[in-house]
Amino acid sequence: MTMVATAAPRMARLRGALFGRWSKTPLAVGLCLAWLGLIAFVAIFADVIAPYGFAEQSLLDRLKPPVFLGGTWDHVLGTDGLGRDVLSRLFFAIQTSLVIALVGTLIGAVVGTLIGFVAAHFRGLVDDIVMVFVDFQASVPFFIVALAILAFFGNSFELFLAIVGLYGWETYARLTRGLVLSANAKGYAGAIRTLGVHPARIYVRHVLPNILSILVVQVTLNFPEIILLETSLSFLGLGVQPPDTSLGLTLGAGRNYLATAWWIGIPAGCAIFLTTLSISILGDWIRDLLDPSHATEENAAAHP
Amino acid sequence: MNAGFVLTKLLRCAATLFLALTFVFVVLRLSGDPVERMLPDDTPPEVQERYREMWGLDRSLPEQFVGYLRSVVTGDLGFSFRDGREATEVVMERVPATLTLASLALALMLGVGIPAGIFAALNKDTWLDRVTMGATVLGYSVPNFFLGILLIMLFSMTLRWLPSSGSGSWQHLVMPVVTYGTAYAGTVARFTRSSMLEVLGQPFMRTAWAKGVRWRARVLGHALPNAAIPLVTVMGIRIGAMIGGATVIETVFGYPGVGSLLVNSVAQRDLAVVQVIVLLIAFTMVIVNLCVDLAYTLLDPRVAALEARGGAK
Repeated sequence: MTMVATAAPRMARLRGALFGRWSKTPLAVGLCLAWLGLIAFVAIFADVIAPYGFAEQSLLDRLKPPVFLGGTWDHVLGTDGLGRDVLSRLFFAIQTSLVIALVGTLIGAVVGTLIGFVAAHFRGLVDDIVMVFVDFQASVPFFIVALAILAFFGNSFELFLAIVGLYGWETYARLTRGLVLSANAKGYAGAIRTLGVHPARIYVRHVLPNILSILVVQVTLNFPEIILLETSLSFLGLGVQPPDTSLGLTLGAGRNYLATAWWIGIPAGCAIFLTTLSISILGDWIRDLLDPSHATEENAAAHP
Repeated sequence: MNAGFVLTKLLRCAATLFLALTFVFVVLRLSGDPVERMLPDDTPPEVQERYREMWGLDRSLPEQFVGYLRSVVTGDLGFSFRDGREATEVVMERVPATLTLASLALALMLGVGIPAGIFAALNKDTWLDRVTMGATVLGYSVPNFFLGILLIMLFSMTLRWLPSSGSGSWQHLVMPVVTYGTAYAGTVARFTRSSMLEVLGQPFMRTAWAKGVRWRARVLGHALPNAAIPLVTVMGIRIGAMIGGATVIETVFGYPGVGSLLVNSVAQRDLAVVQVIVLLIAFTMVIVNLCVDLAYTLLDPRVAALEARGGAK
């Protein structure tokens, strides 16, 4: 079957590159993987490894500098304006930001892909309606839509998560629709269809595995953008609300202390930067592995 | 370019604009009584009643929608509850500042991004290419609010060369423009590089080389115009992200533009102002997309021919 011939070697190449030939993996990619591993570890075990609770205040220890600026080992990265441990807050902020980004990416990818399948399956009027909404979403900046919804409805964690989840659905929908339409026109889908297999089964078992690698590439493009969306909104004070914490919120709160206690915000900023940078480099590398001619594809996608 | 193609594009623009208007209407009505939300809590009931009448909230939804569309057309979009002035007026006086910032940033990102992309494409797979592309990855990965804060720490707090916030002189513009330009110059450079590589491999480039066309003329006269087509499209798509980014950058630098006004209005839930800004942005985006569509029909006559046949969707 076609899918075996196309999808399998690509995935094998990826697997081989990931696990088989460490010597050929570029150093930068190794560092990115290490950083992402560290971030994932911190996010999972934040409750265990954080030396203090995330809201634990100690008013006697306010604005203590980090250890490399003459502070003590009690607070390795110093304390903030309420005497909370910056390192512990950083761990919990990483946890919150990563969870929101993961859940958001998952919602957007699943919903968008599903809509793309629906549009490609029914075609006709359903397809037209979906595409009008896709065009609309693509033509109005999502950040502004998010701000408008937050203004009109007020902020709550669930609503914020839903907004972040909405991000990027139209890209997945458009991508999936195109891929499914072309897959449907190919021999293998038609062959299975003549066997009387239910369409849902064809899509899940045969079409989806074939287009999965392209969707994975889209996820690597989407994920850093979602992190930036969440941290930007939280930075502006319109996303995650105190006493909860997120990387953007920490950096935003640290803005007021830039002159006197820069260590409150800057570590969170570095964490955001290194994470988005790592995913971008890793994504570039995976894209090259999956499809060495991706430069051509970028052009094809950009062309109307 | 033919009339049918332009007409299709205009119809699509109208549809998008109508959806944007409907979106604002639906979200505003869904979220509860707009009068209660737009007026301060201590407003006397008779004033609330008058506002309800003015906004036509005592009528049926379709009637309200028509009335709403009429008020959009006449520009009568309610009042900012912060200073009681007309919302459109509050927004419009911020527009010049944002346009200044955006046009300077656009010049910077194209002025840096396009040459960098061409440079990398011409030196493909050498260390020059890798260093340039490495810089673009850094440029688009750094969150613009973080870059802004780092610049403020360096140039305002340590070196004391530039003011950290406000507007009024060219010094105030330097850091916002650099922050804005850096973020998107990386994207521009990457797309310039990939579309240049695409074009450089085409047979007509070899023909030009064989005819003895000079290197400069080959790159600028033959390759760049062809590479510009996907670049224009990508810029059109990116404009949306840029407008989102502008709100953050203006807020970081306390720059009095539309973006910082939007953030403040959202935080204080000054809904009339938010509504005007969202409509203004939707309108701008529709115009930009139209310009992009028309721009590449001018750059590439094949696009118009394709669309006229109904081949592209």
